[in-house]
Amino acid sequence: MSTSSGTPESWISSFCSLLGHEYFAEVSEEFIEDDFNLTGLQTQVAMYKEALEMILDVEPEDDDDEEDEEEDEEEDVSGDARDEPGGRAAQAGERRHHSRIASDLSVIESSAEMLYGLIHQRFICSRAGIQQMSEKYELGHFGVCPRTNCNQARTLPVGLSDIPGEDTVKLFCPSCLDVYVPPNSRFQTVDGAFFGRTFGALFLLTFPEYDLTKSGTESITNLSRPSNPPGGADELPMINGVYARNVAPGLGPGKIYEPRIYGFRVSELARSGPRMQWLRDKPADIKALDEARLFTEDQGGDSEDDDESMIMNGRPSGRRRAPLNARSRQQQQQQRQIGNGSPMMVEANGGVESEL
Amino acid sequence: MDDFVSESDSDYTSYWRDWFISSRGNEYFCEIDEDYLTDRFNLTGLNTEVQYYQYALDLVTDVFDLDCDDEMRETIEKSARHLYGLVHARYIVTTRGLAKMLEKYKKGDFGKCPRVMCHSHPLLPMGLSDVPHLKPVKLYCGRCEDIYNPKSSRHAAIDGAYFGTSFHNILFQVYPALIPAKSAERYIPRVYGFKVHSAAALIRWQNNQRDDMRRRLRKMEVESGFKDADDEIEADEDEDEDEDEELGAEQFQAAEAGGLVEGEIRTVA
Repeated sequence: MSTSSGTPESWISSFCSLLGHEYFAEVSEEFIEDDFNLTGLQTQVAMYKEALEMILDVEPEDDDDEEDEEEDEEEDVSGDARDEPGGRAAQAGERRHHSRIASDLSVIESSAEMLYGLIHQRFICSRAGIQQMSEKYELGHFGVCPRTNCNQARTLPVGLSDIPGEDTVKLFCPSCLDVYVPPNSRFQTVDGAFFGRTFGALFLLTFPEYDLTKSGTESITNLSRPSNPPGGADELPMINGVYARNVAPGLGPGKIYEPRIYGFRVSELARSGPRMQWLRDKPADIKALDEARLFTEDQGGDSEDDDESMIMNGRPSGRRRAPLNARSRQQQQQQRQIGNGSPMMVEANGGVESEL
Repeated sequence: MDDFVSESDSDYTSYWRDWFISSRGNEYFCEIDEDYLTDRFNLTGLNTEVQYYQYALDLVTDVFDLDCDDEMRETIEKSARHLYGLVHARYIVTTRGLAKMLEKYKKGDFGKCPRVMCHSHPLLPMGLSDVPHLKPVKLYCGRCEDIYNPKSSRHAAIDGAYFGTSFHNILFQVYPALIPAKSAERYIPRVYGFKVHSAAALIRWQNNQRDDMRRRLRKMEVESGFKDADDEIEADEDEDEDEDEELGAEQFQAAEAGGLVEGEIRTVA
């Protein structure tokens, strides 16, 4: 999205256009060049510096300034480990030059892929990254849910672990809240940690306006994204901080498979009877999930201060904060731009402040 | 009419059926026995369903010897495929048919369940309707008891009625030993390690449904089929109570965090 110097020839865009890398967003160089975003990655990736240079298409021999700059930054990070800063730059440069020739290029290449993946995991949870992923989501780049009753709902790439090498990338379906193996085997070489555990759920919290009841093909044909009636966004029923219609729309009565033999339902008491229907179930009345309200109703007469303050804090603040219409969302984004943290941070702070 | 199929030699190689089941896209079909096809009782009612029924049947049983133009042959060929599919739906619920499909199931010919928590459990083909031309074939997973769309568009075009709505359920009734162990393992959406409130509330509700069912089954002394031992329900019950007590505190926290992200109860409490 914001790759200003992202020519088609850059390492990043060529990596993202490789077969099987269709799920990746193009991390902006700006994001990679901010050292804060790379905190801790040095210890996870072999030949970190070479890999980083490869990703950024930096030729160490050509632009010395940038190299030195990076060298300094490098020192800041790993200053504790190596103690003698004096005259190290030249030394290290030489060492690197030497290793670049001696070492196999393919080792650096695989290091660069690993590093890119780990940066990618962080990038797609940043504002620019999640925005880029939403564009890919809208275009249906991540495929659709294989479950019949999800009616081709669009999925999101997720990892089941944040640690590389543990599992491959999976697809999270917001319609049934389950994860699936990508249909094409070429994705079985993509590490799930490159997407991470957080992205899927964070995406839904960041973009609550998506109408999850619509199938992928339906949404692609009419690309107008805000499908809400103008100004009607606030009137849609909400539950637990999200639009009620977006709570697992692929689940619930009518969306559960019912085993039948010659038209007769198989009894639960049969040994081969249904045992997993709870997994696809949802209360017919979605209000049954509003635990805070139910809890206070249960308590009934003996309402203590605690309960009182709980509803006061829980309900209205949820309504005020969550899903905003386009205009107020822009405002929110302007606000966010000031505080340059994660999207969650600002929201959480805003919520707490307004309650105080 | 009977003269056409009178004495078909049982040693006769099944050219057409061999070709049919080995051709691309027809991997889900098993081979129907000659005996089954030649028994008119098994074909009751199909003559009204299939165009050029007699020629189609001749083609399937390899006794077709009509001189006709290509267009006609193509039509009959199409009818033969349709006829084979309809007989197939009846054949696979017979003892021999079930056994043949079971072999294919064990080999994983119908694919693996795409659900991550099913750990590549083999699938079974099924139809959502027994009436042809209504719904394409779907795949049933015995582990999560849900149905999925075939990965390949070749398979997605096959008529679901060629497998029927009952076959996969009958298979597990006939071979109860094959019923896969059920598991409560599931995916829980999290943001930086914290559960998302709306999803977590639904999951708690679903877990209650599951525990209710398991209690119901235990009362009736029916095996629940869950991997984890039944006494775990008691543990669950205790836990539920704990959770109920914690619920207030947890909700309070959730509200404070904006109602969207829940605290990890156990670590906090």
